[in-house]
Amino acid sequence: MGSYVPATDADRAAMLAAVGVESLDELYAAIPASVRLARPLNLPEGASELEVSRRMQALAARNTVFPTLLRGAGAYRHFVPGIVPAICGKETFLTAYTPYQAEMSQGVLQAIFEFQTMVCELTDLDAANASVYDGATAAGEAAAMCRDRGRTRTLVSAGVNPQTLDVVRTYCAAVDAPLQIVPTRQGVTDLAGLADMAGQQDACLLVQQPNFYGLLEDIPALAQAAHAAGAKLIVSCNPIAMALLRTPGDCGADIAVGDGQPLGLPLAFGGPSVGFMAATAAMMRKLPGRIVGQTVDAEGRRAFVLTLQAREQHIRREKAGSNICSNQALCAMQAAVYLAAMGPAGLQEAARQSMQNAHALADLLCQVPGVRMAFPGPYFHEFVTTCPVPTGEALSALEARGILGGLPLEGELAGHLLWCATELNTPDEMRCAAEALREVCA
Amino acid sequence: MSTAQIPLIFERGQAGRSQSRLPVSGAPGAEIPPALARRCAPRLPQLSEVEVARHYSALERRAFGVNNGFYPLGSCTMKYNPRLNEDVAALPGFTQVHPLQPAHTVQGCLAALRQAETMLCDITGMDAMTFQPAAGAHGEWTGLLLIKAYHRARGNSARTKMLVPDSAHGTNPASAAMAGYTVVNIPSNAQGGVDLDALRAAAGPDTAGLMLTNPNTLGLFDPNIQEITDIVHSAGGLCYYDGANLNAIMGVARPGDMGFDVVHLNLHKTFSTPHGGGGPGSGPTGLKNFLRPYLPGPIPVEGPDGLAWQPAGAESIGRVKGFYGNFLVVVKALAYLYTLGREGVPQAAAHAVLNANYLMRRIAHLFPPAYDAPCMHEFVCTLAQLKKEHGVSAMDVAKAMIDAGMHPPTMYFPLIVHEALMFEPTETETRETLDEVADALAHIHAQALADPNALRAAPRTTPIGRPDDVAAARAPRVRYPRPESEARP
Repeated sequence: MGSYVPATDADRAAMLAAVGVESLDELYAAIPASVRLARPLNLPEGASELEVSRRMQALAARNTVFPTLLRGAGAYRHFVPGIVPAICGKETFLTAYTPYQAEMSQGVLQAIFEFQTMVCELTDLDAANASVYDGATAAGEAAAMCRDRGRTRTLVSAGVNPQTLDVVRTYCAAVDAPLQIVPTRQGVTDLAGLADMAGQQDACLLVQQPNFYGLLEDIPALAQAAHAAGAKLIVSCNPIAMALLRTPGDCGADIAVGDGQPLGLPLAFGGPSVGFMAATAAMMRKLPGRIVGQTVDAEGRRAFVLTLQAREQHIRREKAGSNICSNQALCAMQAAVYLAAMGPAGLQEAARQSMQNAHALADLLCQVPGVRMAFPGPYFHEFVTTCPVPTGEALSALEARGILGGLPLEGELAGHLLWCATELNTPDEMRCAAEALREVCA
Repeated sequence: MSTAQIPLIFERGQAGRSQSRLPVSGAPGAEIPPALARRCAPRLPQLSEVEVARHYSALERRAFGVNNGFYPLGSCTMKYNPRLNEDVAALPGFTQVHPLQPAHTVQGCLAALRQAETMLCDITGMDAMTFQPAAGAHGEWTGLLLIKAYHRARGNSARTKMLVPDSAHGTNPASAAMAGYTVVNIPSNAQGGVDLDALRAAAGPDTAGLMLTNPNTLGLFDPNIQEITDIVHSAGGLCYYDGANLNAIMGVARPGDMGFDVVHLNLHKTFSTPHGGGGPGSGPTGLKNFLRPYLPGPIPVEGPDGLAWQPAGAESIGRVKGFYGNFLVVVKALAYLYTLGREGVPQAAAHAVLNANYLMRRIAHLFPPAYDAPCMHEFVCTLAQLKKEHGVSAMDVAKAMIDAGMHPPTMYFPLIVHEALMFEPTETETRETLDEVADALAHIHAQALADPNALRAAPRTTPIGRPDDVAAARAPRVRYPRPESEARP
């Protein structure tokens, strides 16, 4: 069997003697026999490192790694500079706990403070937290930040990623807070519909930029509409798109959230990623989770600490705004290293090339008879098309060429595909995709 | 150690300095419409690669992980994080897989989830497990939503109260509140367990359930556990097991056999995955069969053509996270489970208990345990007397431990013990290390008597001394400031 227990027989005997018991079993004298497990665990026998390594490699080999991805919908494959995993694999960063002991954790605290600053810069807001689980839970937490006695309803644009919507729905339902969907018109949030339904019961409006269909929402107008009803505006944003798009802060948003996975994190079958949250100064003290702040020690030296802890569960218990304790700190650091490695110009270039590739892909696909853009509005690096054959047939043809095609949509958009391109997609592979689609549609 | 300030990453570099990451793109293409375009670039660092590398190397030197030394942070189970687990979780077959690929192309991922579920269900005595929760608190909340859905499905909306012992982790009452419950605190008895009379008095037709950690946060196994769960069940409530302390009893006793209906686990504690300076963790929620209809979806199941996703049922609590949880963390825990296997899992638990009892015995004459009984995987000392007689607090001793080259234990928790230090050495520490720690603690104790002022000034070997927490919270600076000239109106 494999084991990470260092005790030898001699150690064990000496330690048992020191404790005053005769056997390991005796250590469990406090556990009533009636709840002791009377059989061995029904697990396989333990194994050596080599055997486990082989078993895990065999598991990994049962997955298909598509050489070409033309699918996003909340998880994106971007270029990751080599230095990013190298830094985030550093043993000390990996094996540290939450930096409760500031004096010996300045490195981790400073890295989080820098991450918070980068989130503030991307979103143009005043304060950010140290991260939450992912973009969807960040949206759920943000909605909770906006609720008060008088205003309990959350408005969610139908243009928000359906998974995010599902998670926000769960967060709201847990405390019996109502949620109302705001419809889209031509793929973007319907401003007229919003104006009709928004009112004094509404705590916030959640929209996504770019939205689930890749389309650009008119955030300044949405902010105005939300604020006119006395509600806050939460913008769930793609952090790479933020390099080019007018920022949530500039548009008047109160809170910006999003999933940091595009910033140097692998797809990883959806996790771990990292949720980021930023807010105006007025809402800073409602942010959930860890926040690192700057202070000094007795000698006046700059120091970083976990701060505003009076908000948190370990102090306030049932009165805390959120229960979050562990977050996604290492993933947050990975995003920060990515941003430092890319720099402002590199990030803008990744965003620009993603957008240009998406538009080039759309042009190629729309040359296939029967393939049309579903929506007329401007888009970033995702877009929806019709598909003249059953989407399953189209996707199988693409899969045969090593391409993961667009995501088949459901509901009213059944029969449509949601495509994505990033800076990683080459003209050749996009032509190949269009060619495969042309063949299957012929 | 140098105490020189490490510049913030924003204080390094030069405007215009950049790194060559992407090929130069050719023809001009689509542009963002001007009204929606960003007005000025984000002020991100502009560094060379070597500056990035050295910056983070400098930060790494000012951090402390399990690989650097003894880390007895109670309730956090800071056991060694095997490197193999990192290697297998970095396999491209796991990292380069899109979460929305069709099921037939992700059979390995689905199998990993199923295998981890099968093994963890056997360890906990549960029938099913969801890996969607990303951390322990998230798993707690998911478990409470399952309980809520169960009562709702039975038309019972009067069960609005969640019973939580006063020794519980702060996440328990916070999770209960986030699940819409009113928290009822249950006091501890003289032995540190649940006060049965208080529990009987509190349990009733408004009880939704009980949240319990066993062994509890004092490191004690509650011997009345079956009576406790019986009381709650008789009142019509369900029992929730907080798995933070499972490391003591895995393979020895199972929450499912103690009468618990729902559990959460912390893969980043019990199952050896690293904590990453705060996360990512993984907090799977396990449940008995009768709670299956309420599981969040999608659910990996065996289908006619291999493993497949089954959508959530009509009575599901709904999604609690995007995609399927912190998948790579589950992969690491799976590798750990394969390594330890049938015999290794209980062996790890027993040695965690042995190490805790050994260290407790070695220091008990100086730092008395709050409850003088054999402990499980952790124990809590009270320094109330030291504080009273010599003015040296648990905080002072903790900070002196930093100067001795180790991470302090959990401080001032559980709240029911005065001047508490909670030690959890874990099974992966050697006897030599425990002896060194005991000697170092004896030295600190001697110093507390001889020169208490020296302890109050600890730590002295770190880049900073004790920070001013009050100032940090009074005028929060939570980001590097914008230059004055660029401040927003």
